[in-house]
Amino acid sequence: MAPSSRRSWEIVIGLEVHAQVLSQSKLFSSAPTTFGASPNTQVSFIDAAFPGMLPVLNSACVDQAIKTGLGLHAKINLSSIFERKNYFYPDLPAGYQISQYQHPIVGEGWLEIEPNPGEAKRIGIERLHLEQDAGKSLHDLSPQATYVDLNRAGVALMEIVTKPDMRSSSEAIAFLKKLRMLLRYLGTCDGNMEEGSLRADVNISVHQPGTPLGTRAEIKNVNSMRFIAQAIDFEMHRQIDLLESGVCVVQETRLFDASTGETRSMRDKENAQDYRYFPDPDLLPLCLDKEHIETLRRNLPELPDLKRQRLMETFGLSAYDADLIVSEPEYAAYYEAALKVLCASCGENVSTSQQAKILANWFLGDFFAHLNHTDVSFETTPITPTRLAGLIYLILTEIISGKIAKDVFSFMETEEGTAEEIVARHGLQQMTDTKAIESIVHDVLTREADHVAAYKAGKDKLFGYFVGQIMKATQGKANPQTVNVLLKKLLG
Amino acid sequence: MTAALAYQTLAEAQKNLHQRVFSARALVQAFQERITAYQSLNAFITECPEHALQAADVADARFAKGEARALEGIPLAIKDIFCTKGVRTTAGSNMLKGFVPPYESTVTQKLLDAGAIFLGKTNMDEFAMGSSNSTSAFGCAVSPWKRTSDGKSLVPGGSSGGSAAATAAHLCAGAMGTDTGGSIRQPAAFCGITGIKPTYGRCSRFGVIALASSLDQAGPMTKTVQDAAILLEIISGYDPQDSTSACVEVPHFEAEIGASIKGLRVGIPKEYQVEGMSMELRQLWDTGAQWLKDAGAEIVSVSLPSTPYALPAYYIINPAEASSNFARYDGVRFSHRTSKAEDLWDLYERSRAEGFGKEVKRRIFIGTYVLSAGYFEAYYVKARKVQALIRQEFLEAFKNVDVLLAPTTPTGAFAQDEEPKDPVTMYLNDVLTVTVNLAGLPAISVPAGLTQEKTPLGLQLIAPHFREDFLFRTGSVLESCARFPFWKEG
Repeated sequence: MAPSSRRSWEIVIGLEVHAQVLSQSKLFSSAPTTFGASPNTQVSFIDAAFPGMLPVLNSACVDQAIKTGLGLHAKINLSSIFERKNYFYPDLPAGYQISQYQHPIVGEGWLEIEPNPGEAKRIGIERLHLEQDAGKSLHDLSPQATYVDLNRAGVALMEIVTKPDMRSSSEAIAFLKKLRMLLRYLGTCDGNMEEGSLRADVNISVHQPGTPLGTRAEIKNVNSMRFIAQAIDFEMHRQIDLLESGVCVVQETRLFDASTGETRSMRDKENAQDYRYFPDPDLLPLCLDKEHIETLRRNLPELPDLKRQRLMETFGLSAYDADLIVSEPEYAAYYEAALKVLCASCGENVSTSQQAKILANWFLGDFFAHLNHTDVSFETTPITPTRLAGLIYLILTEIISGKIAKDVFSFMETEEGTAEEIVARHGLQQMTDTKAIESIVHDVLTREADHVAAYKAGKDKLFGYFVGQIMKATQGKANPQTVNVLLKKLLG
Repeated sequence: MTAALAYQTLAEAQKNLHQRVFSARALVQAFQERITAYQSLNAFITECPEHALQAADVADARFAKGEARALEGIPLAIKDIFCTKGVRTTAGSNMLKGFVPPYESTVTQKLLDAGAIFLGKTNMDEFAMGSSNSTSAFGCAVSPWKRTSDGKSLVPGGSSGGSAAATAAHLCAGAMGTDTGGSIRQPAAFCGITGIKPTYGRCSRFGVIALASSLDQAGPMTKTVQDAAILLEIISGYDPQDSTSACVEVPHFEAEIGASIKGLRVGIPKEYQVEGMSMELRQLWDTGAQWLKDAGAEIVSVSLPSTPYALPAYYIINPAEASSNFARYDGVRFSHRTSKAEDLWDLYERSRAEGFGKEVKRRIFIGTYVLSAGYFEAYYVKARKVQALIRQEFLEAFKNVDVLLAPTTPTGAFAQDEEPKDPVTMYLNDVLTVTVNLAGLPAISVPAGLTQEKTPLGLQLIAPHFREDFLFRTGSVLESCARFPFWKEG
C-alpha cells in the first residue's frame, strides 16, 4: 500500500452509553437507589442473590426507558425479553446480569447534534436496553482483601448504543453532551458523570473514505468528557500509526489509563468471555401497551431542541443566549419562571422580547456570578425567580437605573423583601422629576463654569464628565436619559 | 394408639382435630415418636421437635378458643428445598449445609398461615437432581417398602424421596415436594402415595431454591387424592413476588373428590408405551383405563409423536438453567467457602469443587456447554423448539380428550444396590414424567397397584393447564377402584 498522508484517514466512532435510571428502587427489587449510602445498606435478598429469591420488574424503570426512547425519536418495541449474561465476579452476586440482548425495549432512533454553530448532524441510535448494574469491588481498602459493596447491585441502567456515525472526538463529546441534556430534561437519568450515573464505552476504527470500515477497538473505563476526548484522540493516532506501518488493528477491548492519557489492551482472559446469554426463566417477556406508550408520549416535557427554538422565535433570544439557558433543565426552569412573572407584571407596556433579553442578560450575567461567588445553588439561592423578575421590572419601568439595580441585587443576596421594598428601604428610587433634576444640572453647570466654557469652545468629550458629576450629585438616581436631554438643552 | 393416629389420612386427622377427638400435641407427638423409630429411613435432614410442639400448643389453644384455621394442627414434612425462616435449608447439598434462611417461602408461609405444623425438613437429591435420592449429601433416604422375595430395601425415588418415604411410613400427615422433571410423581409412585405436580404458575416459586426455573413447581405428597386436593388449594395462588405465578382463580379442589366422570374423555398416549416398561405396568395401565371406562369415561387413543424427544430436550434445558442458577453458590456470601483459597478464582473453584456433588457438577458442565457460543443454537435453541412442539401436541390432544392416562414410571422401585450406574440409564426413569414439565401441565400420580414383589406402582393422569380439578376427580376414581394397600408395619 502506498504511504498516505494522515489527512486521508477518517475516524469512525460509535458509543455505548450506560445511563443509570432515575428511580426510587432497583430494576428488580424494592431496595432504594440513593447514592452515597453506607456500604451494603441498600441491598435486598434479591440483590444479594439469596437462594429462592426472584426478580420482579420495576415498572417505573420501564417507563423511564420508554420516555428516553421517545426522546431519542426511537421505535418502542411492544415486546422485549430479559436475558441472563453469565459471568463470575464478586460484585455480581447471582453470577449473571439480567440484561436485554436479542430483543431490546427500544429500537432505532436518532439525536441531532451541532458540531459547529449552525451545522446540524443526526447521530443514529441503534438501540436502548434495560439491564442491572453490578455492585462495586473496592480493591484499595486493604492490601490483602477486596471489599464488596452491593448498594449499586441491581440498580437499573439504560444502555444506549449509537450507530458508528461520529467522525471526531468533538462530535462524540457533542453527542454525549446532547444526550446528557436530553436525559436530564426527561428526568430519566441525572447525568452525573462523577458519581458514575453516566458512563460511556467508545468503539473506534479508522479507514480511508470510500473503503470498508476498519477493525474497531472498544475502549472501556472512561468516566469524563475530557478523558473520552483524550482516549479517542490517542486511539485514533495509535491505529493510524499501526496501519501506516503496515500492521493490522486487532479487534479487542482496551482500557483508558487517565494517568498516562493512553489506552492499553485488556488481558486475554477478559477479552475471551463467553457470556452464555439465554432468556431469564424467572421473567416473562415484557409486553407493552400501545395506549400506555402514547400516554407517556403526551406527557413528555418540552425537550431542549424545541425549547431553544421557542425561546428564539417567540422571545427573540439570540442562539447564544438560548443555548446557554437551555443547556441545563434547571437553568431553563429558572429563566422561564422569572420570565413568566415578569411578563405578568409588565403587561403590554414593554415588548416581550425586550423583557426576555434584559432578563437573559441579568440571568446569565449577575445571577450566574452570584451562584459562582456564593455557596448557594438553584434550590437554595435567596434570589428566587420572582425576586429577580421584580428587580428587572423596576429597571424596565425606570424606577431604578441598571446601575442602581446592581446595588439592589447585592442587597437581595442578604436582605429579605422584594426588590421594590429594598429600593424603598435604601432610598434608591430613580429621580424622574424633571424639575428636580434640572435644578441639579443647573447647579453642577454653575459650579463647573470653566469646563462649560471649554466644552463650548469645542471640547465635546466633557459631556460625559458633566453626566458623571450629575450622577454623583444624585447618587446615581437621576434618570440618565432625562439628564442627557437636560444637559443638551442647558449647554445650548 | 400412636400408629392409629399416624395411619389416619390428612382429611381424617383434620376432622378429628376439629372435633377435638385428640389434641394437636398428641398428633405431633405420635409422628415424632415414629420419626425417632424410623431414623433408618433417613427421611429427614433437619427435624424441628421443639418448634413443632410449641406450634401444637398454639394450635390447641386456637381449637379451645374456636379460632382454628383450615390446617390447624396438621403436622407436615417439608422438602428441604423450601426456604424456612430460621430453620436450616440445605437443598440436600454440602453447599448449603449451614444456610439458615432469613425468609419463608410463599408456599410454606401459606401452610403456616393455615395453621399447619412443620415436623422437619426432608431429605432429597442434591439440589433436586436425581431419581433415587442417592445424590443427597446427607445420605440416601429409604423407602419403607421391602421386596418380598429378598427383603431388600428400595429407593424412595427422587428427588422428593424424603417427603415420599416420610408420608408412606406415616411419619407425617402429608408432605411438600417439588417437581422439575418428575420429582414429586416418581417418588410418590415408588413409595405408594399420591403426588401432584400442579400447572406451572399455579404455586409461587418464591423462596423455593431453584433447579430449573422454567420447570420447577411445588406440590403436595399425601396418602390420598383428597389430602392432595386439600393441600393444593391452600398453597395455590398468584404471588406478586413471583413473576411467573399465574393470576387465575383457585377452585375448591376438594369438591372434585368422588364427583362423577361420566362422559369424561380419557386419552391413552400410545408413545408412552416405552421400551423397557414392565409387563406389570402395562397391565396396570390397561386395568386403570378399564376402571375409568367402567365409571363412565370414554377411552380414546391419542398420539403425541414428539414424546421421544422430550427426554433429550429436558436434559438440555434443565442443566442450562441450573448452570446459571447455581452460579450464586460461589463461596462469597451464604454458601460453603473453602478454607484454602489463595485468590478469588481459587476461592470460586475450590468452594464449588468442595461444595457440589458429582451430579450437580455434571449438570453444570452440560449446561455451560449447551449455552456456549457455537453450541447454543444446536442444543439450547433446538431443545426449546422441541419443547414448543411437545406443548403444541398436548394442546392439540386436549382438543379431543379431557385427561391423559399413563404409568408414572416405566418400572417399579429398584433396590438401592441395583441403581443404574450410568447417568443416562438413570435419566430414563424420567421418560414418562418430563413431558409434563416441558409443557407446563398439571399431572398427578396415584398409587394403583403392586408388583409381584408387593411393591407399589403408580398411574399418572395429565390434564390441560389449570385443570387440576380433572386430576382430582379422575384420580379419586382410580384411587377408589385400586383400593391400594398403604404400607403398614409388620
